[in-house]
Amino acid sequence: MSNEIEAIKDPGLPAHVHRKADTDPVAEKRAERQVAILFLISALGTLLFIFAYYFVPEDVFFFFPVLGNTNAHQLFLGLGLAIALFFIGAAAIHWAKTLMPDLEVIAMRHTLRSDEEDRDALVTTAKERAGAAGLGRRSLIKRSMGLSLGLIGLSPLVLLRDLGPLPGDELTKTSWKAGTRLVTDPGDRPIRPEDLEVGAVAQVLPEHFGEERRHLSDIAKDAVLLIRLRPEEFQLSSERLSWTYDGIIAFSKICSHMGCAVALYEQTTKHLLCPCHQSTFDVPRAAKVIFGPSARALPQLAITVDSEGFLIAQKPFSEPVGPSFWERSS
Amino acid sequence: MTARERVAGTVANYVDERTGAAKWMKKNLTKVFPDHWSFLLGEIVLYSFIILLLSGTFLTFWFDPSQREVIYDGSYVPLQGLHMSAAYASTLHISFEIRGGMLMRQIHHWAALIFMAGMVVHLMRVYFTGAFRKPREFNWIIGVGLLTLGIVEGFLGYSLPDDLLSGTGIRIAEAIIQALPVVGSYLAFFAFGGAFPGEAFIPRIFTVHVLLLPGIFLALITVHLMLVWYQKHTQWPGPGRTEKNVVGYPLMPAYMAKAGGFFFIVFGVTAFLGAVASINPIWLYGPYNPGQVSAGSQPDWYMGWLDGLVRMAPPLETYLFGYTISWNILIPGLIIPGILFTGMALYPFIESWITGDKREHHLLDRPRNVPNRTALGAMSLTFMLVALINGGNDIIATTFSLSINQVMWFSRIGIIVLPPLAFVITKRICLSLQRADRELVLHGRETGRLLMLPHGEFVEVHEPISPELAWKLTAHEQAPALVLADVDARGVRRAGSLKNKLRKRISQANAESIAKPTANDLKEIEHH
Repeated sequence: MSNEIEAIKDPGLPAHVHRKADTDPVAEKRAERQVAILFLISALGTLLFIFAYYFVPEDVFFFFPVLGNTNAHQLFLGLGLAIALFFIGAAAIHWAKTLMPDLEVIAMRHTLRSDEEDRDALVTTAKERAGAAGLGRRSLIKRSMGLSLGLIGLSPLVLLRDLGPLPGDELTKTSWKAGTRLVTDPGDRPIRPEDLEVGAVAQVLPEHFGEERRHLSDIAKDAVLLIRLRPEEFQLSSERLSWTYDGIIAFSKICSHMGCAVALYEQTTKHLLCPCHQSTFDVPRAAKVIFGPSARALPQLAITVDSEGFLIAQKPFSEPVGPSFWERSS
Repeated sequence: MTARERVAGTVANYVDERTGAAKWMKKNLTKVFPDHWSFLLGEIVLYSFIILLLSGTFLTFWFDPSQREVIYDGSYVPLQGLHMSAAYASTLHISFEIRGGMLMRQIHHWAALIFMAGMVVHLMRVYFTGAFRKPREFNWIIGVGLLTLGIVEGFLGYSLPDDLLSGTGIRIAEAIIQALPVVGSYLAFFAFGGAFPGEAFIPRIFTVHVLLLPGIFLALITVHLMLVWYQKHTQWPGPGRTEKNVVGYPLMPAYMAKAGGFFFIVFGVTAFLGAVASINPIWLYGPYNPGQVSAGSQPDWYMGWLDGLVRMAPPLETYLFGYTISWNILIPGLIIPGILFTGMALYPFIESWITGDKREHHLLDRPRNVPNRTALGAMSLTFMLVALINGGNDIIATTFSLSINQVMWFSRIGIIVLPPLAFVITKRICLSLQRADRELVLHGRETGRLLMLPHGEFVEVHEPISPELAWKLTAHEQAPALVLADVDARGVRRAGSLKNKLRKRISQANAESIAKPTANDLKEIEHH
């Protein structure tokens, strides 16, 4: 830029304007009273808080406009606390704004960079000290130190090993086996095909023996949805068709995307929708993904009936259920 | 000397003889802080952090971070007799049987939302005004770190009650870990102590939530504030303000009273929200069961953009030599957030590379005067906003009677088209505002008074603006684009000339501006 262009000049800090309370004793007194009143409101808030804590019963609900049906104890306790806190702040700020000195002052910044002298001195000292330690010369020490420090960094990693077991076949196996009965969840009752009407959906789990309750980690793999269509509505390969029974088709309920429960069934479109990320699966076409982020169909469980007429699994799932993982082969 | 002064003197003497604090205190009691409402945003974050520590400590007195199964026998009738984890049961206990427990839970959750929102807005303030520039790059990086950890801390916090909604969130987090190539399933099993959900996760994240991360926060916030203190606060340009000075109010008493008072204001507002605004009513969700889910499952808003990205991802997986790579999880869940946050952390260095500016800056930029930066900010925000909208696509679809597919396709296209559009529009707006500033300085303020000249022409009377305002509108620098030669002094093509070319291009775009009025321009107008 040439020197001819002259920038607009900085007029400098404007003159200080006095507040009313600075010049008028009446205004000053008024401000003082206002601050005191604000502090007093806060004190009342604390009293309300204490009163509510001890004397407002916890099971009283009443209608409060906007909020609707409100618990009196919770509301007054909270309002008391809010008033107590807020008005301390309001008082302090009002005090600062009206009565405390409000003269703008100018302070100078210091350069953050150290003086050249100090910087040079630091370099010299650091070099000298490092030289005295012989860091540059004693390569044997340097290397062995590097080795030991590097190795000791491994110990926390080693220590963390027992955080959990290796996956093994946990991700690929479920509790479903050939002949496992399908039981309702909740209720644990075995079901017959005729219990399901066309268009109905049921959540089932594998039959569970023993006193102990099911582990959530089993439910996280075993949950299955039964859906009954009219048999002619299926558009399945003959193999997959043989996995259904009289219009009843069974899918893993655990989403093939990120493992949420695929819980929404739309009867008119025959779509299954995962509420987490909206992956949409087409039931008549073996839960093929027709929308959303999931890349795989829901695994289908092959079902049939046993001699007593209850629904059972023909065989275990033919692929891992739930979200993908590295070792999954397809 | 009054008795009170004598006591104070004795105490001060005692402390000073052991610490030498008097010298430091003397200097810093009159330390000057510039005043502007936007400088309070960081304070809100600091105060909500303190509120979080206080209310969180209260909650730990009753919360039982355990996934051990219990049968609920508390006072909330609809859940009586149900099997649930001790974590969920104790959260119900805090909510319904501990007096003030519900209030504290709600204050804690609201404070967490304010903490996150405060950080985002504070970050925007720092970004759009250029407060991250030298010498404040360290603080910018610490800030980005705090924001990232804040997202994690918030997620862990709302996961602790082990209700149906938060359990679903944990399930999704587990799927992201599991999707990592090679080590995913191992890491997932280590994190959960076995197959999902197991019984180890809640106790573990409890330790991380109440000890590890708050400790890191405390350390980082301390460094953040010490740097602000030491480097002194930035200030807006204005009359009497330069790169070399700080104009404002001394710490004692006015600034102390204002900042201290503001803490109570923030706490008061948070308590008010906790009193009247129900948040995370976990008793309505029921205990977690991996076979169940509630429709409209939503994370808290600061995770919503991430969920939105995951929702809009194309269904892409690669199966190679018997292994699976889940791009539909890795890209939205890890790669894009990684790029966004790394880019954000590196931004001060990128900008200084573009401008070639290595000087210290203590005067803030008005966003319009740095169109490219402002436009880039608007572009990033638009990206985040589209992602966030898609994070609530189910709610939006049901609220506005749209199909979820329409909302999803809007987001999928919008996330690619809208950010660049936001860039262009914002840049144009900035330049127009610069033009308006120029007009204002040169021709003064429109008064709205019309004057009929003797020959019948109407003109509007313009009033000259104050010298203070004229200075404020022209105090900024308009640096020219970098001049980078493709060939060096001896006429040899430089290595990396492609990089040079790119830098030159960006630098030129960056320097685009409406020339600010000079004193010469003003004089010229006066002559007319």
